[in-house]
Amino acid sequence: MVRLEDITLRYRPGAAPALSGLDFALEGGSFTWLMGPSGAGKSSLLKLLHLAILPSEGRLNVMGTAIHAAGRKELPALRRRIGVVFQDFRLLPHLDVLENVALPLRIAGRGEQQLLADATELLRWVGLAERMKDRPEALSGGEQQRVALARAVVARPALLLADEPTSNLDAEQSRRMVNLLRQMHRLGSTVIVATHNEALPDEYPAPILRLEGGRLASHG
Amino acid sequence: MAERLRRARGRDPLGLRRALSGPLLPGLVAAMALLAALAMAGAVAAAAMAARWEGGAAAAMMVQLPANAQTGPAAAALAALPGVAEAIPLERERLAALLRPWLGDAAGLPLPGMIELRLSTLGAGVEALPEAIQAAIPGARVEAHGIWVARLSALARSLEALAWLVLALVGAVAAAMVAVATRAGIAARHATIVILHDMGATDSTIASRFAGRIAFLAGLGAVLGAVLAAPLLYLLGGLAAPLLGNALAMPWGGLAALPPAAALIAWLTAQAAVRLWLRGLP
Repeated sequence: MVRLEDITLRYRPGAAPALSGLDFALEGGSFTWLMGPSGAGKSSLLKLLHLAILPSEGRLNVMGTAIHAAGRKELPALRRRIGVVFQDFRLLPHLDVLENVALPLRIAGRGEQQLLADATELLRWVGLAERMKDRPEALSGGEQQRVALARAVVARPALLLADEPTSNLDAEQSRRMVNLLRQMHRLGSTVIVATHNEALPDEYPAPILRLEGGRLASHG
Repeated sequence: MAERLRRARGRDPLGLRRALSGPLLPGLVAAMALLAALAMAGAVAAAAMAARWEGGAAAAMMVQLPANAQTGPAAAALAALPGVAEAIPLERERLAALLRPWLGDAAGLPLPGMIELRLSTLGAGVEALPEAIQAAIPGARVEAHGIWVARLSALARSLEALAWLVLALVGAVAAAMVAVATRAGIAARHATIVILHDMGATDSTIASRFAGRIAFLAGLGAVLGAVLAAPLLYLLGGLAAPLLGNALAMPWGGLAALPPAAALIAWLTAQAAVRLWLRGLP
């Protein structure tokens, strides 16, 4: 599903690398915890995996496409198969909750009736069907996080990435969020969850990818 | 109603109805369309005047023969000169009719032989024609007002070219204005564009949404400009009618073409500006 070979990432030419010498592969249908202290490169790696940035060096393969060799026009179709739950949610403030969730389906060109039905269903799944006409600003942090999850999974992504999805949530909400992510895993998505919460892997055992100083410290 | 509004917002995920909503762009495009309409009418009027003067000048050179000259051979000699298309001797009856308002029916008066020259060109060769006529028929007098008409005609052609240049300049300024408005829209919706891009929206999708909105606003402004220009052109046409005839007739076709032309320029400019900006994203 994802293969990195000697990947280095610099945000500017000549700058210190945010990631360096990364070399690992993740199987399709796997669930992986991405761990490490703040500044270890977790968010940079997730950005790389959802193709928001491209590697400075090395070979990156995502869902069978060699990104380092791919043309720019090939990337949008690939991005549409990747769902991302951002740490800062990134909900669009001028759209209501339902339209935020429906956004990936609109981008994919789905019909109006179908996309509204699917988005409504996903909001029901995350327990926010009654808030569908509210603007994001009217929701609590935990509710916004769940809307962000619904938006990330509404197009049934093959690869689901979550960046600190529980950082703004209390214990109960965190448990609920992780359960939703695990449900997506059971439905067949490859899931990678970045967290610095060491308790989560103990509670929900899965392979851990650990970064330190932009390098891979351990994988297993 | 609320549901329709909500769906309309959904179909505008970039929120461009709000980001690009002020009256500034339509207002500026309206002003540009007004200038374009004036330039266009000026160009058409100058072209009509030049054509009319050229037509008049072609038959405007008169040659008065000396008393001893024979009309037939003189006409043949003049017709052979370079730049002369035709040399037509003026009949005595026509000449008498031309003089009647000033001299009355003076049948006994000796009238000189007159030849009307139709010129094949009003170019640079016209300047040398009086000298050539003098050489061909010594003592002939030439009424060369056609040269002045030719100069006026050239001036009208220059004005026409200038008017088209102004029209092109107005188009270029309008395109630059649209580019600035598009950049402002991009700045206002920077974060949203990046989110859509990261979700897999293509450059074409994002650029088309911007271009559609900007083209709509530019088209709206151009409609306003054309509506404002119509009475102004009508007034100018009325004022110029005694001098120019119907040379300043209402350019209805041109006015009708302004909104689609403005929308097209705006659409193309916005497409280019957004696609250029998106090239900075991976």
